[in-house]
Amino acid sequence: MLDSLRPVLAEHPFLSDLSPRHLDLVVGCASNVRFEAGKYLFREEEDANQFYIIREGKVAVEIRTPHRGPLTVQTVSAGEILGWSWLLPPYQWHFDARAVEPTRAIALDGKCLRVKCENDHDLGYELLKRFAQIMEQRLEATRLQVLDIYGNPS
Amino acid sequence: MSPTNPDPMVPTPFRVQRVRQETHDTFTLELEPARGGNGFSFQAGQFNMLYVFGVGEVPISISGDPTRSKMLVHTTRAVGTVTKAMRRLKRGDILGVRGPFGSHWPVEVAAGSDVVIVAGGIGLAPLRPAMYELLSRRDQYDKVVLLYGARTPEEILFPRELERWRAHFDLEVHVTVDRAMGGWRGNVGVVTTLIQKAPFNARSTTAMVCGPEVMMRFTVMELLKRGVKTDNIHISMERNMKCAIGFCGHCQFGPVFVCKDGPVFVYGRIKDLLTKWEI
Repeated sequence: MLDSLRPVLAEHPFLSDLSPRHLDLVVGCASNVRFEAGKYLFREEEDANQFYIIREGKVAVEIRTPHRGPLTVQTVSAGEILGWSWLLPPYQWHFDARAVEPTRAIALDGKCLRVKCENDHDLGYELLKRFAQIMEQRLEATRLQVLDIYGNPS
Repeated sequence: MSPTNPDPMVPTPFRVQRVRQETHDTFTLELEPARGGNGFSFQAGQFNMLYVFGVGEVPISISGDPTRSKMLVHTTRAVGTVTKAMRRLKRGDILGVRGPFGSHWPVEVAAGSDVVIVAGGIGLAPLRPAMYELLSRRDQYDKVVLLYGARTPEEILFPRELERWRAHFDLEVHVTVDRAMGGWRGNVGVVTTLIQKAPFNARSTTAMVCGPEVMMRFTVMELLKRGVKTDNIHISMERNMKCAIGFCGHCQFGPVFVCKDGPVFVYGRIKDLLTKWEI
């Protein structure tokens, strides 16, 4: 199982230039997962012990709003990374993530990775660099969303 | 170009055939020449000055099909005095039209390359004629990709047309909204996030971008990051056009006039002006 995930992870842009040693460490924390449409990958306030590399399908990141139901603030689809709360205390999800379509993903065990990153700071640095880039992209996108640029200009 | 009148400052009367509500604040006008004639020819990306008699005149992009020139089609948002009056027009009412004015999308120049169209909000309206043209000569292009962002699912412009285009096997259409409630199964996120995933060959791509200026700036950044060349990126600017022929200076944008030199510009020509807030 893990052997079959190695080439997939090695080719993914998120991990593609990781050293073979570090890639092995990451592969050791990986597993294949599948979610039917409508199923939650995680819920707000649950422990955040994974992140996902989406291989197929689409996941909605939602926030529950009183009287209005879930509001989707972002969708994550094939090739993209979902979740960074596993990286930072208190290791809890701040949003819900729901599969909009049947979704296949590789789940990376955050607890397992946290231990490995503590033991090997080079791996920790490599992963943090990659997540920092994702966070920067998401922050920029969020700023544009907050600007409400398509709203009434007057 | 076929001017409606030999004197570009004199409006030609057009009769309203249909007013169609597109979204809560956006509508489309279908017009025909009131005095008959051979219709109205224009190039994708050009605009007209539309005159609501007794109220005022505003520049509005043409959103119809340049290959079917019988009907003149404009889509706009009811935001000011003139456009709100325009929305109240009924079938048979008369409107003054001057135009077409300005530069156009490089639909012909793009032949032989991939084409990526990035539209935001009502920015899809001035790009729709380019889509019609691209589709009318589809075999001349490699990949054709349309990326469209709207505020919410309810504010998506031309949803039926987008669905039809999405059904084309030789067209990639990706729509995203800034936010949505649970029933929406499409993408959520700003349109710029679609660019890195979109299937086009950046080295051989012509990009046409229209939307709010902030959206265009960030879109261009993403296109450049993908490797699209500066001179292959075209954006449509909006400024306060009045005379539409470069005399009055209302739409002056640094050394250029948006009405005459634009509204469609090669990005390289105006990139240094886009961050000069004083203009």
